[in-house]
Amino acid sequence: MRFKEKARVMDEATMRRTLTRIAHEIIERNKGAKNLVIVGIRSRGIYLANRIAQKIKEIEGVEVPVGELDITFYRDDLTVLSNPLVQKTHLPFDITDKDVILIDDVLFTGRTARAALDALMDFGRPATVQLAVLVDRGHRELPIRADYVGKNVPTSRREEVRVNVSELDGEDSVVIGEFEGEG
Amino acid sequence: MFLRSKHLLGTKDLQKEEIELILNTAESFEEVLEREIKKVPTLRGKTIVNFFAEPSTRTRTSFELAAKRLSADVVNISGKSSALVKGESLVDTARTLESMRVDAVVVRHRAAGVPHLLSRVGNFSVINAGDGMHEHPTQALLDLYTVRKRFGNLRGLKMAIVGDILHSRVARSNIFAFTKMGIEVVLVAPYTLIPADVEALGIEVFPSLKEVLSEVDIIYLLRFQLERQEETFIPSLREYSEFYGLGSAELKNCKEGAVVMHPGPLNRGVEIRSEVADSTISLVQAQVESGVAVRMAVLYLLLGGVKK
Repeated sequence: MRFKEKARVMDEATMRRTLTRIAHEIIERNKGAKNLVIVGIRSRGIYLANRIAQKIKEIEGVEVPVGELDITFYRDDLTVLSNPLVQKTHLPFDITDKDVILIDDVLFTGRTARAALDALMDFGRPATVQLAVLVDRGHRELPIRADYVGKNVPTSRREEVRVNVSELDGEDSVVIGEFEGEG
Repeated sequence: MFLRSKHLLGTKDLQKEEIELILNTAESFEEVLEREIKKVPTLRGKTIVNFFAEPSTRTRTSFELAAKRLSADVVNISGKSSALVKGESLVDTARTLESMRVDAVVVRHRAAGVPHLLSRVGNFSVINAGDGMHEHPTQALLDLYTVRKRFGNLRGLKMAIVGDILHSRVARSNIFAFTKMGIEVVLVAPYTLIPADVEALGIEVFPSLKEVLSEVDIIYLLRFQLERQEETFIPSLREYSEFYGLGSAELKNCKEGAVVMHPGPLNRGVEIRSEVADSTISLVQAQVESGVAVRMAVLYLLLGGVKK
């Protein structure tokens, strides 16, 4: 199976501006950043979380703690880790009574967000949980919506949305594509 | 990546990559065990039977905790309380369990091959928790995990397994597993307690601990199996302890950074003296601690997931 790119919906500059906008929205909605903690989901959400925390620091001068959440053990489809990479949850702070900003790269069926909420609740009782995503591609299977959306991208179910981050993929971009061949 | 089999019967059948997968997965579970709520919903709805026909504290408890922390339902059957004492055959027991739709059976039995038999009869996963003098794979895996955590790597280390190799399923599983991961294994034991076929594996044997003490990173002491000594394998316990036991006098000649391991339960004063068992070079407690995370990893990799 080969991934065939069909469209680029975000490049490096747009991604930077989008994350800056999300950071502003988070601060506006929460009237500052004092009670915030940011939690990134899985690999790419973590990189986005760090960038948003950096933006908030630039804007508000407040250092917001960033944590990492691995939701594999909470998934309802029980996908066994398909890569040997060890992924751990790392929340070096107490989330109880905090406003938690949960960050993921793509919002699709909503099942990842649901699993993330379950995982989060095992660590404490946050005051609020807000969801920020870089891309909302539709096709929800659960009653879940994002509080902050970078870009709404209409897609067909067969398509795949890829968020690339420079730390892992060598560039910042969002592309839509399709797998060609079997499957 | 997946495990190739739905059973874990021995380390002999595992590939290096599979062992690595188990150890890496265990690392994720260790983080879960450090949380205040030490439980994840991963195996919710699965039923695991702990079938222990031989006595066990740590292995049975460890498997039970591992299953419960993955939210599976656990049923314990012990040898004395099972229908086996009424004369039910193992095959019939397996069929009974199959009819009750259990997902996995963790089995310990004094006869080698019982897990293999069960794996052919039922449609559940079988995990060998010790069969006779054959294998005890999860012990070897948790030992590897403990070593990797302490040393940071496995390849290039040297380990001496000391004691009653002949009767030890732990020794067998550890020889297979450790060698696969690039650790050099040597055996230290009286010749009466060495299996006949061991040279075929290309493993060196030494008649006393003194000869290798300064070269090895891991001194793995086996439990002297007092219950299996109806034949005379050794002249006396005191002599055994003299040649194969580890006390503070012997420790002085150890390699720097060397560690002592033991699968438990300890015979203090026979193969290990208290001053060693309770010292900082002893990984005995760390081994027990690794047990739950490693068994969670095994259960998860065998039972979790939709395999496409």
